[in-house]
Amino acid sequence: MTETALPQPAGLGEEPFGQPRRLSAVAEVLARSLGPVLLALVAGGLLLLALGRSPLTFYGNVVQGGILNDFWQDSVMRMAPLLLIAAGLIVVFKAGIWNLGIDGQFLLAAVLVTGLGPGLENHAPNTVTLLLLFLLAAAVAGVWTIVPALLKARYQLNEIITTLMMSFIGINFANYLVKGPFYDESGHVPQTRVLPFDAMLPPLPGTRIHIGILVAAAAILVVWYLMTWTSFGLRLQILGASVRSAAHLGLNVRRLVVVSFVVSGMLIGLSAAAEFLGIWGYIRADQNPGFGLQVVPLVFLARLNALAVVPFVAFFAVLSIGGEPATRGAGLPNDFVLVLVGLVLVFMAVTEYLGTRRALGRSYLSSSLAPTASPGSRTDA
Amino acid sequence: MPELVLAATSDVVTQAFFSAIVSGALLAGVPLLFAALGETISERAGVLNIGLEGIMLAGAYAGFVAAYYGGFAWLGFAAGIAAGAAVSLLMVVLCVRMGLDQIVVGIAITLAAEGITSLLHGAYLAESQPILGATAVVRIPLFSRIPVVGNSLFSQPLVVYLGLSLVIAVHWMFRATNVGLNLRAAGDKPGALDAAGVSVTATRAWAVVATGALGGLGGAYLAIVSAGLFQPFMTQGRGFIAIVIAMLGRGRPFWVLAGALLFGVSLSISDALQIAKINISTDAVFMLPFLVVMVVLIVFGRRAFLPAALALPYVRGAR
Repeated sequence: MTETALPQPAGLGEEPFGQPRRLSAVAEVLARSLGPVLLALVAGGLLLLALGRSPLTFYGNVVQGGILNDFWQDSVMRMAPLLLIAAGLIVVFKAGIWNLGIDGQFLLAAVLVTGLGPGLENHAPNTVTLLLLFLLAAAVAGVWTIVPALLKARYQLNEIITTLMMSFIGINFANYLVKGPFYDESGHVPQTRVLPFDAMLPPLPGTRIHIGILVAAAAILVVWYLMTWTSFGLRLQILGASVRSAAHLGLNVRRLVVVSFVVSGMLIGLSAAAEFLGIWGYIRADQNPGFGLQVVPLVFLARLNALAVVPFVAFFAVLSIGGEPATRGAGLPNDFVLVLVGLVLVFMAVTEYLGTRRALGRSYLSSSLAPTASPGSRTDA
Repeated sequence: MPELVLAATSDVVTQAFFSAIVSGALLAGVPLLFAALGETISERAGVLNIGLEGIMLAGAYAGFVAAYYGGFAWLGFAAGIAAGAAVSLLMVVLCVRMGLDQIVVGIAITLAAEGITSLLHGAYLAESQPILGATAVVRIPLFSRIPVVGNSLFSQPLVVYLGLSLVIAVHWMFRATNVGLNLRAAGDKPGALDAAGVSVTATRAWAVVATGALGGLGGAYLAIVSAGLFQPFMTQGRGFIAIVIAMLGRGRPFWVLAGALLFGVSLSISDALQIAKINISTDAVFMLPFLVVMVVLIVFGRRAFLPAALALPYVRGAR
C-alpha cells in the first residue's frame, strides 16, 4: 500500500492505489474517521434510551466532567499513558506485527516502578530517580517482548499466542511482586509502598497536569518522524506490506521484527511509568486499567499515523474521564465506555467496507497484519 | 510434585487434595475445553476469533439469567449457546461475509460484550446478587466408586460428559466426514473449496456460529456450574487462554482437551493446596502452565502450523 515515506496528512497515504474517489480526499478521511465515532455515539445513545436513561444528560455530563471546570486537566493527564501506548502500537502495527501483550508489559513495568521507587527516592536527587525509573520501565517492558520477538523472527511463531501468553505471565508475576517482595505491611489491601507526592512527576507550572504528557508528546513526535521521514520507518512499512518483498529487498527481516517489538514494548513501559509516577504513586494487586485493548481501535482509526492519533486519544480521554461521573449520574457501571469503544470499532469496520469495497478489509491495515497466516511469511528469513 | 504430596502427611488430606485437584480441574477446565474446541473449529476453517472472551461473557450472562429465572441448568446452557451463537453472527456478517479484519472485529466484540454484560449486571443483578445452587450431577455407577479420584471424576453434571464426548465427535468430524474436509479446506485452500462447488462463505459462517455456540456454552458453564453467579468480567481472560489452547492444540481436539485440563489444573490447584495446607502464591501457580508452554516453545522452537488462509478474508478470484 503505502510505498512512500513522504510526510502526508492523516490517512491519505493509506489510500489503495488507483482507486477513483468521488469525495475529495480530506472529506473522505474526515468521514471515515469521524463517521464511526459519531455513529457509535448515536448507537450508544439509543442503548441509553433503551435502558431508560437520557442520552443528552449523559453526554452533557461527559462534557461537564471531562472538559469543563478544570476537568480537562484530568483528561490531558489520561492522554499521557494512552498516547505512549498508541506510539508503541504504531511501531509494531506498521511492521505488520500484532503485539497483543500490552497489559502484561504495562503492568510489569508499573509494578517495578512503583515497587522500587520508594526505595530509590532517598538516595538520589528527584530528577535522577525519576529518569532512572522511566528507563527501568522502558527496559522491563522492552525485555518482556524479546521472547515473542525472537520466536517470531526465528521460527515465524505466531506472535498473537506468544504475546498473549507473556501477557498472562507478566500480569501474574506483577501480582506476585505486589503481594510478595513489594508488599506494604502498613496497608489494608495488598499494595506497594506509596511514593511521597514530592517524589512523583512534577506538574506543569500553573496546572495539575504532570509532565508525563510531555514525555508522551515527545514520543508521538519521534514515532511520527521515524515513520514518515526515516529509512527505518520505510523499512518497517515494507515489512508490514509484504514480508516477502522485504526479504527480497535484502532487508534484515529478523532484526527489524525484534527492533520494532522491543521499541514498542519500551514505549508501553514508559506509558506505565507516566501513569503510575504521575497519578498513582503506588499500585494495588489486581489493579489493571486495561488500556491496551482500548487504544487499539484509536490507532486504527488514525490509520497508524502518530499525529492523527492525538485527537482520537483526546476524544477517548474525555470520554473515559467524563464517563465516570456521567455513568455514576445515570446509575450505570463505568464499563459503558467499553460499549462505546466496541461500537466505534464495529462502525469503523463497516465504514471501511463502504469506503473501499474493492480492497476488502485491507485499506486500514497492512496486508500482512496476520503475518504467520500469509503464505509469504513461510519463505523468508 | 512429589514433595507437595509428601507434605500432606495424612491420608485424608492427600485424598481430599487429589479429589480437589480433579474436580477443580474439571470445573475450571471444562469452560476452557468448550471455548477452545469452538475456536479450533473456526481456526481450521480460516477464521481467527479473537472475540471469544466476549462470546464467553455473553454466554455466561445469558446462561446465568436463564438458569436462575427458568429454574433449570440446561435452560441456562441452551441460552448460553444461543447467546454465543447470536454474538458470533456479528462476526459472520462483518468478517466472513464482508471480509473485514478479524482481529479488529474480535476486539470490538470482546470490548462491547464486556461493557454490555457489565451494564446489564448493573441494571438487573447488582442489587439482588442472585446465586444459583449446585448443579445436579450424574453419577456413573461403579466408576464413581473408584477410590480417591472416582467420586470427583465420575459424578459430574451431564454437560461435562457432553464436553468430553464432543472432543471425540469433533476429532471424528475432522478425520472422517465431508463437513470436516470442507472446514479444513476453507482454512487451508479456500479457492479449492470454492472450485469444488462448496460455498466458502457458508462453510466459514457455520464454523464461526459453532465457535459462538461452544464459547457461549463454556461461558454458561462458568457462570452456572463453576461460579453459581454472574459477575462482570468474570471470564478473566479465559477466552484468550482458550485461543492460546486452540492454537497450541493445532487443530487436534485431543490436544485441546489436554491443554484445557492442564490449564484447568493450574487455575484450580490453589484451592487444592489450601486443603493440603500448603502456602504457595496463587499467582505463581497460575503462571506455571504459561511458563511451561513458553519454555517448550523456546526449546523446541518450531513453526506454528496454522491453516494457510487463517485470518484472511476469501475473495473469489483474488490473486
